[in-house]
Amino acid sequence: MTTIIDQLAPADEAELSEILTAASGDRQPLRILGGGTRTETAHIAGTPLDVSAISGVVTYEPGEMTLIARAGTPLPEIEAMLEAEGQSLAFEPPDLRGVLGGRGIPTIGGAIAANASGPRRIRTGACRDHLLGLRFVDGPGRILRNGGRVMKNVTGLDLSRLLCGSHGTLGVLTEVAIKTLPHAQARATLGFHGIDELRALGIFSKALATPYEVSGAAFLDGTAWLRIEGLPPQVEYRQQRLLEMFGAHDIQTLDGAATRELWRGLRDVAHFAGDLPLWRILVKPTDAAAIVARLHDLGGQVSLDWGGGLIWYCGPGEASSLRQIAPHATLVRRGGVPGPAFPPEAPAITRLSQELRRRFDPAGILNPGLMDS
Amino acid sequence: MSGIIMPQPDSTILARAAQIVAALREVLPEDTVISDGNETRAYECDALTAYRCPPLAVVLPRSTAEVAAAMRVCSDMGVPVVPRGAGTSLAGGALPTADCVVIGTARLRDVLEIDTDNRFMRVQTGVTNLSVSEVLAPHGFFYAPDPSSQLACTIAGNIAMNSGGAHCLKYGVTTNNLMGATVVLTSGEIVEFGGPQAGAAGLDLLGLLCGSEGQLGIVTEAVLRILPRPEGARPVLIGFDSAEVAGECVARIIRSGVLPVAIEYMDEPCLRAVENFAKAGYPDCPAVLIVEVEGSPDEIAVQIAHIREIADALNPVEFRESRNADDALAIWKGRKSAFGAMGRLGDYICLDGTVPVGQLPHTLRRIGELSKEHGLEVANVFHAGDGNMHPLILFNANEPGQLERAEAFGADILRLCVEVGGCLTGEHGVGIEKRDLMTAQYDPDDLAIQMEVKDVFDPAWLLNPAKVFPLESSARYRQRAAE
Ligand SMILES: Cc1cc2nc3c(=O)[nH]c(=O)nc-3n(C[C@H](O)[C@H](O)[C@H](O)COP(=O)(O)OP(=O)(O)OC[C@H]3O[C@@H](n4cnc5c(N)ncnc54)[C@H](O)[C@@H]3O)c2cc1C
Repeated sequence: MTTIIDQLAPADEAELSEILTAASGDRQPLRILGGGTRTETAHIAGTPLDVSAISGVVTYEPGEMTLIARAGTPLPEIEAMLEAEGQSLAFEPPDLRGVLGGRGIPTIGGAIAANASGPRRIRTGACRDHLLGLRFVDGPGRILRNGGRVMKNVTGLDLSRLLCGSHGTLGVLTEVAIKTLPHAQARATLGFHGIDELRALGIFSKALATPYEVSGAAFLDGTAWLRIEGLPPQVEYRQQRLLEMFGAHDIQTLDGAATRELWRGLRDVAHFAGDLPLWRILVKPTDAAAIVARLHDLGGQVSLDWGGGLIWYCGPGEASSLRQIAPHATLVRRGGVPGPAFPPEAPAITRLSQELRRRFDPAGILNPGLMDS
Repeated sequence: MSGIIMPQPDSTILARAAQIVAALREVLPEDTVISDGNETRAYECDALTAYRCPPLAVVLPRSTAEVAAAMRVCSDMGVPVVPRGAGTSLAGGALPTADCVVIGTARLRDVLEIDTDNRFMRVQTGVTNLSVSEVLAPHGFFYAPDPSSQLACTIAGNIAMNSGGAHCLKYGVTTNNLMGATVVLTSGEIVEFGGPQAGAAGLDLLGLLCGSEGQLGIVTEAVLRILPRPEGARPVLIGFDSAEVAGECVARIIRSGVLPVAIEYMDEPCLRAVENFAKAGYPDCPAVLIVEVEGSPDEIAVQIAHIREIADALNPVEFRESRNADDALAIWKGRKSAFGAMGRLGDYICLDGTVPVGQLPHTLRRIGELSKEHGLEVANVFHAGDGNMHPLILFNANEPGQLERAEAFGADILRLCVEVGGCLTGEHGVGIEKRDLMTAQYDPDDLAIQMEVKDVFDPAWLLNPAKVFPLESSARYRQRAAE
């Protein structure tokens, strides 16, 4: 391989495998691009490897709730195809283009590689919970498979979960099998205005302890939002019960269309577009109130998702101060903040992760340093 | 012993048995180490009872620290370790070897924390699956994965096998309900993976550990996701005059947007056995579905109306609703007694493979043909919503050669599952039972990368040896570890 090449763009898996074999031999680092929506990877050294041509839906069986697609398939294409059958990706992959300033089109492979999970995580789980199996190519160019296309599968070690969220550092995804779900026939949202995070968290923990299958619990700009979904009479019933339960509050209700609109924005963190540093912080929901208070002291803005389990913080602060407040803080948009983007882990976990990377990518060519190790 | 080969025990370890036991006794409380041959015999097998072998010793620690101490001794002395929960594995996952120490979870039985505000609980992994739901009940919560063996099986075994149950269709299997685990690595190091916060930013090592069949570490504590109990649940029973139509009904229900908690399927041989045994009063027809939905009485009524509309279009032999708790019990009675009823008919092996739901009718037809070819009867009762089949092959253990024939028939069925796009095991795991079939599903490289992952966690290949990976495939790694 010559060093003049400034962009690699394999047409298929076999070509990708050849490229990786050669790059491993030359110890030439690669920066993997799906849709190229994540500008935050721009600092990664390496020749861009554009895998968007490895694209197309392989099979979609609505009656089996299964979709198999090549990794470069654009998410909008998949979403439209599912929509036509009354289904969707229940993990609501966020579209972070607004937040990250990316211009490309998000791909399914990119969503899986980032374990991109939206507000419904509290109800139906994360992206990784909807992944059935995958094909990928490892650093030396081996074409590998794990899992399958069926809902239940415990055959051998679960590398699918391991690859999901590995940001391309263990292998380049080429094909993914995911579970689709019928989307709700009806939806509604309850809004509690004029409250602070502490009261919002109280509402969340009460609402999420009910059997009404609350499928979104977020807080933004002094309003706590609860989403309910299901068959039309179910939504009506659940809404009624929640209204009774929180009778003391002045509650706004949103219809289906307004609900879609609102949660799309919350999912994409549209409210924190711009170029200030943006942090994604995972916490135990009852710890959120104290953490939020300290984040406010740093001078930035906060929103909550996942019933308080996910805090978005947009504003100033050094990495060290952020992580002192909340250890599980990931820097999603740098905004000039130096240092590792991923939170530090226990030494044993770091050691195991590094050793695993060496097995999947002995030459260290796959997005080196992207996950700070 | 039958078809599945286990490696010869390491004679150098057997020769050091007394020293090994003494070393364990030195670091552990008096009653924690069992080495008496009469007592270790109780651990010689799991629920795959055709395979038995008493271990060199059994250790029953009371804390993570004691597990770590035992693990360190075994590592230092190069002794294989077989982790064990309740021993209900149907795949031989907990089968000991003569040169191994069994580390069991029987005394790790504490519920450490119940936190309904954050919707998780923390337990020692020796607690049984059922007891977890029992302690949660007064709080109005439950833990979703519910294997039929829940009375006996432990959270440790559930995590190791990524176990499922009837309610998986809606709530997912163990991996979807596990938030964290405390694990003793082969080095004796104690590591926490995940925790009560949602997810982690780094590699999903927790996801890797779940379902790893005791190959990567010993899980001593777990953080489990807990859910508020639904207001109620009701089953309906639908009879069809062909397997095809029943399969079609399953697919249509799933497409429709109603998400039942469970869709269970029983075929004619199974229905016949159940009728003779439990007198459940099921309709006399080739295929029965039990579909359960959840919610308030009104919500249940809406969902059942939907299901009835779908079923009616397919001319069912019968559509039976439950009006009250007694009706509901009557509908579940036959399904719940199915394994017992089959047991009455003779010995059986219970298989576990998954196929795409659309392939159910074809797979059932092929299983029928294979049954004739092998000259053994088979009955089908399984979780249809996710295509997870449990064919039960009937045989007579006292007749020489029948077990081998049943195993050969079983292997054919599992290969069929893979052929139609499914997998070798949906929830029971590979263990020794499917070890040698792994090459039917995975290419050599696919297996190699899994073994390299094992190598990272267990460089000496001491944990649960000779399981999951075909012996020829793993020979290179085991040899390198031994050097
Ligand atoms: C009648 C019957 C019905 C069943 N129904 C179902 C069902 O509906 N769904 C289902 O999924 N399964 C079912 N099973 C299978 C079995 O019950 C499950 O696999 C169960 O999770 C095993 O739990 P256990 O505690 O008995 O584990 P064991 O059998 O003791 O061990 C299982 C595996 O886990 C490993 N292990 C045990 N403890 C640890 C630990 N602390 N750390 C690491 N690894 C460990 C063992 O080495 C072994 O490989 C059934 C079994 C029977 C006999």
